[in-house]
Amino acid sequence: MKIAVCIKQVPSTSAPLQLDAGTRWLKEGETTFETNAADNHALEAALAIRDQLGGEVVVLTLGPERATEALREALAKGADRAIHLVSDQAPGLDPATVASLLASALAGEPWDLILCGLQSDDLGHGQTGAFLAEKLSLPQASIAAALEVTAEGQARVKRELEGGWYQWLELATPCLVTIQSGINKPRYAGMKGMLAAKKKPIVKQPVTEYPAGLTRQSIDELYYPHKAKQTRMLEGSPEAVATQLVAALNLRARP
Amino acid sequence: MSGGILVIVESVAEGISRASLEAIAYAQGLGGPVKVILPGAANQTQADALAALAVDEVLLADYSYPEGAGAGGYDGDGYVAVLAEAVRRLAPDQVFLAHSYGARDFAPRLAARLDLTLVSDCIGQEGEGDAVAFLRQMFLGRAQAKVKVAGEGPRLVSLQAGVARLEDLRRGSTPAPVSRTSLAMPAAPRVAAQAPLREGERSVDLSQARIIVAVGRGIKTQENIALAKKLADLLGAELAASRAVCDEGWLPIERQVGSSGQTVAPALYIALGISGAVQHLVGMKTSETIVAINKDASAPIFKVADYGIVGDLFQVVPALIAALEAA
Repeated sequence: MKIAVCIKQVPSTSAPLQLDAGTRWLKEGETTFETNAADNHALEAALAIRDQLGGEVVVLTLGPERATEALREALAKGADRAIHLVSDQAPGLDPATVASLLASALAGEPWDLILCGLQSDDLGHGQTGAFLAEKLSLPQASIAAALEVTAEGQARVKRELEGGWYQWLELATPCLVTIQSGINKPRYAGMKGMLAAKKKPIVKQPVTEYPAGLTRQSIDELYYPHKAKQTRMLEGSPEAVATQLVAALNLRARP
Repeated sequence: MSGGILVIVESVAEGISRASLEAIAYAQGLGGPVKVILPGAANQTQADALAALAVDEVLLADYSYPEGAGAGGYDGDGYVAVLAEAVRRLAPDQVFLAHSYGARDFAPRLAARLDLTLVSDCIGQEGEGDAVAFLRQMFLGRAQAKVKVAGEGPRLVSLQAGVARLEDLRRGSTPAPVSRTSLAMPAAPRVAAQAPLREGERSVDLSQARIIVAVGRGIKTQENIALAKKLADLLGAELAASRAVCDEGWLPIERQVGSSGQTVAPALYIALGISGAVQHLVGMKTSETIVAINKDASAPIFKVADYGIVGDLFQVVPALIAALEAA
């Protein structure tokens, strides 16, 4: 099974966000980065399938030089090799452009399975995987809460719908699946893995040409959300605050 | 005719999805002609529900595969095919749809098919014509951006749940004209879908809840959830949770609110022992009224709350239950 996993390095979700109004992006120097959460689950799903069926897992990212770190971490967890599309423009590209560039990079090899995280924790469009499937004319299943692939090349995907509903889909490989967070428990990179990763290849391909007319979205303004509401803090004994709250919201027990 | 707004809607078993109706209300609020399109098979209830709205036209755009393959089930390829045809033919100025789980499957592919860009999960817009900017959250809601779109073609935009209120949805004085079409798909389906299933003894649609009582790590043990449940039952509320609680298996994942769970915007959201990680806030902060009860005064949840109580939830919640029972 030849599996590609698209990953993205995003600002750490636990560190404060330092916006840069001038560049309409982040103060990169004051930001720590980590691998996007859903992408970690996509990688784990790929590694589990490879461990079961054999084959190789290739991680691919589009990002500035710093994004190599995310690839190295993936290699340390067990991915076999990595491709880095190096672009300083990457943070500002819209999903259509990102998917086109990823599609070009993937087009040269016969993939059985391409996995992407459902969405990124920075731009949060949730589009790249589906866009990529269309660009590569692959059948796709999205928001996978479970994924099984047989040696014969059949994929079964439990697709998450809303309101507690799910749906099983069956599709033949080659196909693309976007992975929901929480589908599995991503493994950690051990010391042995980190040492092994140093010997694994990371192919760097600088992005020199961008598909014309595709980056059509631009961030005109980036700002911290205005706090629209005043928080009214209720103080006093538990009984006093409970009474205040019931009165303020006119709460009633359901008959 | 070209111009105006086309709203793509999704059906649910009992009619049209709430988020889709909100998208129609949003489009109505902008003014100008509004058409709605429902991809896939439509029953009479769904057709009637749409025709009753103050819209200019209802398009029921089904598709079929050779020899009846894949009949009735969701099929992304079918959706993309009928929607691409309709957008090309109608040439609207703007295309809106709810940023639902379903939309995340077919809307990016629709954009790719039409060589358009998709601005997703928007919470509003400013300006008009070429100067229009769409507002969207970034970095899990920690920042907000105004996004402009360059180039020709309709603006394709998906909308976050709660972008408009259902109460603002306008009904028409006479039924809107309804057209039914069916597109013949050229090849066999690529994806075989089974009937949707629900897990667990009782499944919940948090997006439909008017009141939600949500618990976080501060609830400490699975046994303590009974306390939150008692409050929820008294209020006629649904029980929800942060990721930490669902990861522990104390509540099923369908009750998880946040970036890897449901996005909700109920009239009242009561957060018990939830610190308010960004991943949680992004899923609930557009709720109409938010009450936070947490022992840590510096918890981020208080920044989005309308009413805050710094205190021990194991004292405050029983007091709240007592006050409700006495009221």
